[in-house]
This record gives sequence, C-alpha cells and structure tokens, in this order.
Amino acid sequence: MSISNEILLALPELSLLSMACLVLVVDAFSKDPDHRITYWLTQISLAIVFLLVFTSIPDEPRLAFHNSFIDDAMSSVLKCFICAITIIVFLYSYEYLKENKLMKGEYFVLGLFAVLGMMIMSSAYSLLSIYLGLELMSLSMYAMVAMNRKSAAASEAAMKYFILGALASGMLLYGISMIYGLTSSIQFTEIAAISMTSVENSRFLVFGMIFMIIGIAFKLGAAPFHMWVPDVYQGAPTSVTLFISTAPKLAAFAMAIRILVDGLFPLVADWQSILMVLAVLSMAIGNIVAISQTNIKRMLAYSTIAHVGYLFLGLIAGTINGFAGSMFYIISYALMSMGTFGMIILLGRYEFEAKNLEDFKGLSGRSPWFAFIMMCLMFSMAGVPPFLGFWSKWFVLKELVASGYFALAAVSVVFSIIGAYYYLRIVKLMYFDKPDKMTAIKATKQMRAVLTANGLLILVLGLLPNSLMQICLTALAH
Amino acid sequence: MSEHMENIYLAIVLSPLIGSIIAGLFGKLIGRSGAHWVTIIGVAVASILSMFVYKHHMFDGAPDYNAAVYTWLSSGGINFEVGFLIDPLSVTMMVVVTFVSWMIHIYTIGYMHDDPGYQRFFSYISLFTFAMLMLVMSNNFMQLFFGWEAVGLVSYLLIGFWYKKDTAIFANLKAFLVNRVGDFGFLLGIAAVLMYFNSLDYFEVFAQAEGLADTTIVIFGDHAWSLMTVICICLFIGAMGKSAQVPLHVWLPDSMEGPTPISALIHAATMVTAGIFMVSRMSPLFELSETALSFILIIGSITALFMGFLGLVQNDIKRVVAYSTLSQLGYMTVALGASAYAAAMFHLVTHAFFKALLFLAAGSVIIIMHHEQDMRKMGGLYKKMPITWITCFVGSIALIGFPGTSGFFSKDAIIEAVHHSQIFGSTFAYYAVLSGVFITALYSFRLFFMTFHGEERMDKETWMHLHEAPAVVTVPLSVLAIPSLILGAFLIGPMLFGDYFGNTIYVAEKHNVLHEIGSHYEGIMLFTLYAFKHPPVYLAFAGIFVAWLCYIKFPDWPGLIVSRIKWIHCILEKKYGFDEFNQKVFAGGTRCLGRMLWKYGDISIIDGIFVNGTARSVGIISSVIRHIQSGYLYHYAFAIILGLLVLIAVFVHGVLN
Repeated sequence: MSISNEILLALPELSLLSMACLVLVVDAFSKDPDHRITYWLTQISLAIVFLLVFTSIPDEPRLAFHNSFIDDAMSSVLKCFICAITIIVFLYSYEYLKENKLMKGEYFVLGLFAVLGMMIMSSAYSLLSIYLGLELMSLSMYAMVAMNRKSAAASEAAMKYFILGALASGMLLYGISMIYGLTSSIQFTEIAAISMTSVENSRFLVFGMIFMIIGIAFKLGAAPFHMWVPDVYQGAPTSVTLFISTAPKLAAFAMAIRILVDGLFPLVADWQSILMVLAVLSMAIGNIVAISQTNIKRMLAYSTIAHVGYLFLGLIAGTINGFAGSMFYIISYALMSMGTFGMIILLGRYEFEAKNLEDFKGLSGRSPWFAFIMMCLMFSMAGVPPFLGFWSKWFVLKELVASGYFALAAVSVVFSIIGAYYYLRIVKLMYFDKPDKMTAIKATKQMRAVLTANGLLILVLGLLPNSLMQICLTALAH
Repeated sequence: MSEHMENIYLAIVLSPLIGSIIAGLFGKLIGRSGAHWVTIIGVAVASILSMFVYKHHMFDGAPDYNAAVYTWLSSGGINFEVGFLIDPLSVTMMVVVTFVSWMIHIYTIGYMHDDPGYQRFFSYISLFTFAMLMLVMSNNFMQLFFGWEAVGLVSYLLIGFWYKKDTAIFANLKAFLVNRVGDFGFLLGIAAVLMYFNSLDYFEVFAQAEGLADTTIVIFGDHAWSLMTVICICLFIGAMGKSAQVPLHVWLPDSMEGPTPISALIHAATMVTAGIFMVSRMSPLFELSETALSFILIIGSITALFMGFLGLVQNDIKRVVAYSTLSQLGYMTVALGASAYAAAMFHLVTHAFFKALLFLAAGSVIIIMHHEQDMRKMGGLYKKMPITWITCFVGSIALIGFPGTSGFFSKDAIIEAVHHSQIFGSTFAYYAVLSGVFITALYSFRLFFMTFHGEERMDKETWMHLHEAPAVVTVPLSVLAIPSLILGAFLIGPMLFGDYFGNTIYVAEKHNVLHEIGSHYEGIMLFTLYAFKHPPVYLAFAGIFVAWLCYIKFPDWPGLIVSRIKWIHCILEKKYGFDEFNQKVFAGGTRCLGRMLWKYGDISIIDGIFVNGTARSVGIISSVIRHIQSGYLYHYAFAIILGLLVLIAVFVHGVLN
C-alpha cells in the first residue's frame, strides 16, 4: 500500500488533529467570553469527522503504517458513535460551562484531543499505537478534570486520577514489554500467531496479560481497580464527568477487544476466568455500595462500575455474539449515562448543582415531562423492559447462558435486582415525594430538545433493539 | 331467509346493549327521559323481534338455527365462538325475557321516579337484558358462561344499586360470593366437558355424550366416578347458585335490598331461572346420569318445602315474595329431577309472569306507602288501590295454583310428573311438593290479607294520602295479569304433551313421565276436572281458608299459635341458621385463615425474612463496605497492587489449584 493510501486511511484522525490545532489557535485569539466560535468550530470539526468516518465504512479490514493501524467495521462504528456522543456531550457541556462561569476554550480543545486519542485506540492494531492513543486520551482528561481550579474537590480528583492513571499505565507498559519479550512482536496478528504455538511460554504470557488486563480494567473502572471512579465522578465538573462516563468507555471497549480478542485469543480460557472475577466483584461492589450513596454523581459512579461488570459478561461468553452483546451494552450505557448526566446539568443552576438525590424530590410536580424522561432513563439503567437497558442485559445474559455459564448468569441477575433499588429510588423520589422548593427549571430550548430526544431514543431503541444489535453484529463479523 | 334471520338475531341481542351503553355513558347528556326512552325502545325492539322470531319458528315451522356469527379465538383446535342456537327452548326464553323486561322498564319510570341514579338504573337493566339474551341464545358453553357471569355481575350491581346503604352492600357482596361458589362448580363442569369432549359446542358435545356414558374417571383416591355424574353434578352446582337452591339459596332473600323492579326482573322472573334453563338445555347429558337426577330431585324438593315455611314468618312484603320465589324454583328443580324438563320450562314461563306481577304489585304498594315494606303497618288497602289489589289477587291465585290459572296447570303437571317418577327420592319429593301447595296458599294469602284487607294499621296521616299508583305502574300490572291468568291453558297442550320442544329436549325412555301423563291427557277441561280428584286443589283451598281464619276472622290466632310453638317459630325466624352458619364458619373461618396467613406467612416470613430481611442485609453490607473507599490515595494504589498480586497468585502460580 502506498504511503498516500495509508494516509487516506487515517484521514479522519488527521483531519481531527488539524482541526484541533486550528481550534486551539482560533481560541487563543478569540476575545469572546462565551467562546462561541470555539464551540461551533469544535462541533463542526466533530461533524466533519463523523461524516468522513460514516461515508467510508469499509467492508474488509484494511491495515496501514506497518500493520499498526486498522480501518475496519468495528473501528468505524465506534468512531461514529464516539463523534456523535461527543457532539451531544459538548452541547450539554456548553450550557453547563456557561451557567457555572467555567467557560474556557481549552475545554473543547482538550476534548478534541481526547477524541483523537479515542479514535486512535479504536483503530490501533499494535500495542504501541494502542498505548499512544490511550495516553493521548488520558492526559487530556486529567487536565479536563482539573479545569475548575477554584474547586479543591476537582483538584484532588484530578490528582488521584492522574497518579492512579500513571500507575495503571505503568502496569500496562510492563505487560506490553513482557508480551513483546515473549513474542518479539507488538502487532496483534503476529502476537496471536506466536502465542498460539508457544505452549511452553504460556504461563509468562498470562503473567504479561494480567498486567494488560489491569490497564483495561482501570480505564473501564472495573473492581478492584475502580477506586478512582467515585472520587473523580464526584469531584470533576459535571460536564467532565459526563464526558468521562460516555465516549472513553467505547474506546476502552475497543482496547479490550483488540488486546484480548485480536491479540491474545489463544489465552481465551485464562482471560475468561480473570474477567469472571472482575465481573462478579464489579457487579457486587458497584450495586451494593451504590445503595448507600446520597450524592447522585457518586451513585452513578458506582452504577458505572456495576455496568462494567455486565459488559464483561459478554466478553466472558467468548463468542462473536457475546462480543456484539458487549458492544451493544457499552453503546447503550453511553447513551443512558449521557441522558442522566444531562438531566443533572438541566436541573442545576449557578453555584447550585443537583448533586444530591434529595434534589430530585417531587420533580414530577416541577416538570412532569423531564420527570418522565428521567424515569425512562432510570428504568433503562435498571433493565426494565421495554427500555434499551433491558435489551443490553438480555443480549449479554443470553450469550452467557448459551455458552454454559449458568451460575454466573444467575449471580448477575441477583445483582441487577439489588441494583434496581437505587434506580427506582430516584423514580420514587420524583413521583411520590414532595419537593423542598419549587424552583422552575432554567434551561435553553436546545438543551430541552436534545435531552428529550436523548430520553426518547432510549425508549425507541428499546422498542426496536434489533437495528442497533445488527450494527454491532456486522461491526464484529470479521 | 337465514341470512336475513341472522341479522334479526343480532338485532335482538344488540339493541338492549346499545340502549344500555347510551344510557350509561351519555346519561347526563340525554337526561332522564332520554335515558328511559332509549332503553325502552331498545328492549321493545328486542321484544317485538323476539315475538316475530317466535312466530317464525313455532308457527311457520322454520328449522332450528345453529351457527357461529363470530370466532373470538382459536386455540389448540378449539374454536371459541359467539354463536346462536335458535330453537323452541331459546325462543321461548327470549320472548319471556324481553317481554317481562320491557314491562319492567316501563314500570321503572314510576318506581324510580325520584331516584338520583335514574339513568344508571336503566343502563343496568338494559345491560341485564343483553346478558340474559346472550345466555339463552348461546350455542356453546363459553358464551353460556359469559352470559352466566354477565347476568351475575349486573345482579351484583343492581342489588347494591343504593350503594350508600350498608345492608345493600352486604347483600350484594353476599350474592356475589355465594354465586362464586356455584360458578366454581359450573366452571369445573365446563372444564370437564372440554377435557373429555374436546369441544364446547352444544351439539358436538351432545353427539358424543352417549358414547361416553359409561366412562369412569378417578378424581382422588381410587374410587371410580361416572364421568356423566361428575359433569352433571358440577353443572348443577352452578345452577344451584344461580337458581338459589339449598344450601346456596342464602343470597336471594337478601337480594331484596335492591330496587323492586329488579327483584321482579332478575331475582324472580329471569336470571334465577337461568339454572333451570341450563339444565333443560343440557338434558341429553343429565339423562345419562340417574345419580345426578336424584340429587337434583332431592335438592329441589328440600328447597320447595322448607323455603315455603320461611315465607310464613316474614313480615317484609318483598321477602315473603322472595321466599315464594325460592320455593317455586324448588318446584322447577324437582321437575328437572323427575326428567319433566318441559314441565319445568312450562312452570318457568308461567312463573315469570305471575311472579313479576306479584313483585310489581308489592312494589306498587311500597311506593304508595313511601317505601314502607312492613306488612304489619298495612291493611285495608283494597279501598284505595283497586287495580293493584285486583292484579295482586290474580298473581296470588296463579301462584297457589287455583284451577284454571296459569300456575295451576304448570304446578299440577309437576306434581303429577313427580308422582309418576320412579327414581330414587321421588316419593320424598312427591310429599314435599304436595305439602308445599298448602304452604304456598297459606303464605300467599297471608300476604294478600295482611296487605289489602283487615283493619288499617298505618297512621291516619298516611291513610289520608293513599291513592292508586300512576299509570306507568298499573299498565304493566294489568298487562302481566293477562298471561298470569290464561297463558297456562294455551300452553299446556303443546308444551307438555305436544311437539312444542321438538328434539330440543331429550328424555330417556324409562324416565319419560310426561309421556305417561300425556297418554291420559284429553284437553284442558278434563285436566282441570281431573285435578279435583287429587289432593293439590284441596290443599290450596285449605291454605286460603286457614289464612282467612288467621288473618281476617280471628287476627289473634297467629300470636297464640306462635306462643305455643315458640321453638319452631324461632327456627323459622333464624331461617334454619344458614346465615349464622355461613357467617361464622365460612366467612369467619376464611377471614381467620386469611389473617393467619397474612400475619405469619406474609408479614413475618415473606416480608420479614425474605423481602425485608434480604434488603436489610444488603443495606448493612453496603454501609460497611462503602468505608473501603477511604479517600486516601495510597489506599487506592494499595487496592490496585493487591488486585494485581491476587490475580498473579491465582492465575499464574495456581494458588487455588
């Protein structure tokens, strides 16, 4: 493949890089306190990248840059979702930053670089490129968490995130070096081919793999590598929490598939058992500790941990359908999480955040429509049919049972019953409790419209889950 | 023609339904007179068309009609259909139901004149007419059950029509619960039919019945039961509930809490006879089980005699009529048990008219007395209400079987039929129905004398304002009086001994008592004269005479008699203790059991240990392990390292293996 063709494959990433640099320069010269130009340029860049990816979804996987970059259906689908989700996240964020007087151009620039990192992670086909993408994404996000410098909680959260992130990165790198030492390759197909044959080294391969799995588990927030999640979710500005809890999860999922399925599939039996431990721990800790939370962002952090446990179930199934189920799970989780944090932003005002569960009391009286949207989101998170969240659980559990893991499926159902409690508690607070104060909701029309669409999407996709499932299946078909 | 007829059948069923829906849902819009017009027109259409259909089938000799008009669902090879079976049995019922209902609609205008629930009442009674027609016109068990439950529902709604009255609410709940007991048996019967015949269509079932006559089934233990006996007794338990046979009769006297027009329509003339109709309809099944027939015969004769006794001690005018209804239903049941289905149907028809008449007459008295129902506060009313008086007299002589009246023919036929029956229990039944005649005459004329004759026991003020009831009341009374008087003479020949029912009713050769009586039958004149050679007529006269002695000639006698035989009076006052027994044992026992299950099963075990216990433990675990999240960075890092070490220990070094 000629170098120009290779560059063409990476066109979306390259355009995003140039656009990010352009936005950085434009913002430096912009005097607008609302950073409108920066915001709109950012959105336009994401839209362009979305279109570039969307119009060139390949039928066959194509490799470039010495086989360390791949352009296939999965990467394209994930990139499309990452861009689309980020556009909506930035729309919510813009409202939030303006309301809370945190508006800075860097937010969008860092955001664009993080998206670039995610896209590289989705397309990475060697250990080196995956690490590059991961670090680009992580570093941007450490800075975003710390953006509200006046807030001690945000700084503390950023500090914890950064240090623990560095630790996890170190472990990932150590794992990479182990694998490289054993297979003398960093390219996934080669690693797969060599580890298939080198039976005598399998114990060392597992040793290296454990370090890499910890890297993945840290990014996704699986127990016991989840400790940063509650503190960062709570401490970071809500718009940043919103961002962290959505698009990066898709990239982390891509990383998991690339490393475990494309690279280390010969060790499937080992990583299935490891993931099983992590899944059960995540579901247990996430669901049980979420019950005793009073801060909604912290509660949602534990809910994320629990959801990651369910995500792993699809990977544990070890089949294409199972992986597709996981992909369905992570996409629907991103959509639900986006709506929920959007709702927190909607209810907040300057120097007041709807951070406690109490703030949702009597929402049905203040705004019946948004109480209904929130109810859809909570039912979906709890996995009540006919909402999207029901199907995501259904698909992974179906594959898990099909692969014969009955006990694990039963355990996860028990935990999802426990989990239903704290989601339904919000519904109860909204509909059955009297509000403490009747303040009107202050939000722009576009915020209301997008949030409404977000909530209804959960319902519509819940009624027609097969379209999304079909996309996931084709994405993983090769 | 048949296409055309199908539309007529549909119109008969649907016009009361449409009337009911309009009066019920748009009652406010169309006002009071709108509500009574729309329902009366609906029922009138049904009634006139029914008469047309009657003529078409009975006089013009149209063949029976049996077809489905709509398939509701099809499952497991069984079609659940809405269909009509129009044959002599159903057209007879259709004419009786729609005609009586029509008269009662008109009467209601007067009776409910000042009631705030006027439109609601009309809506309910029209709905009842629809449900009853669905029941009698059905050609399958499912629709029969639908109609059966629907009339039960409307009966419930109407007994509790005055829903602010505690006694009415008690009575309608009681009626509903007692009927549930009956319906349980009925449903079991239908389920058994479905299970063994694999069809719900009447004719398909009847066609197979002969073949399954000797089948036995094992229910529990190893005793083999005859399938037919089980099915028939189960179905008859349904009839016992709906037609108020001992011991499921307890709801009917209490149902008098409802407005009088519905007591006449539902709890005397039509709904309560559904059980009689159903057994007649199922005659091909019942004829196959002599055990079931004996069971029916004995239950019927107990009801006929013992419920009559209770009529003697009641002072509430409506309750006397109610107990007489129970007793007459007993007569019909006895006829069924003796395989004289035609006689049962005949009595059903004549009874519908004269009992509706008696109720409406009682109602007429009640309106004029300003809703006073105690006969001890009446007397001498014949001077003020001549039309009511004369029509009530007609109803009473029909009821006691005065020679020549409708009731005479139908009741005498039943007594004769039982006399000729050979099955187990027929001797007891014969004496029961025979003594019943005396009792019937006694309580009927007790009511008649206490209400219309003797001294005026109400206060002067009331007496001054008494007057005849309005025309909407007296016209239906007069219209109903005519069939009460003469219908029997017209019907007895064809219905009992002729070919009236065609093949609709099947009677086994050895049970065919009516045929035996019919062989001596030579016209109504001779039948009437022949009756004078038998005790029933004299017993009836004796009853009237005793009533005259006790309530006109020597009014202190009843008091004296009661003081002599206090204990019997006490038993009768307590209605043999059925109510107390049910209240204590069934109601009390069920509530006690429910409370125990609730307290120990639900609250302490399910809620306490399983539900709340689990939730509590999860909550405790949650509040403990949340403290792992200490907030210290080095704890977090330590957790990561610990996780790493454990994973390596387990998966690389195989510590657990």
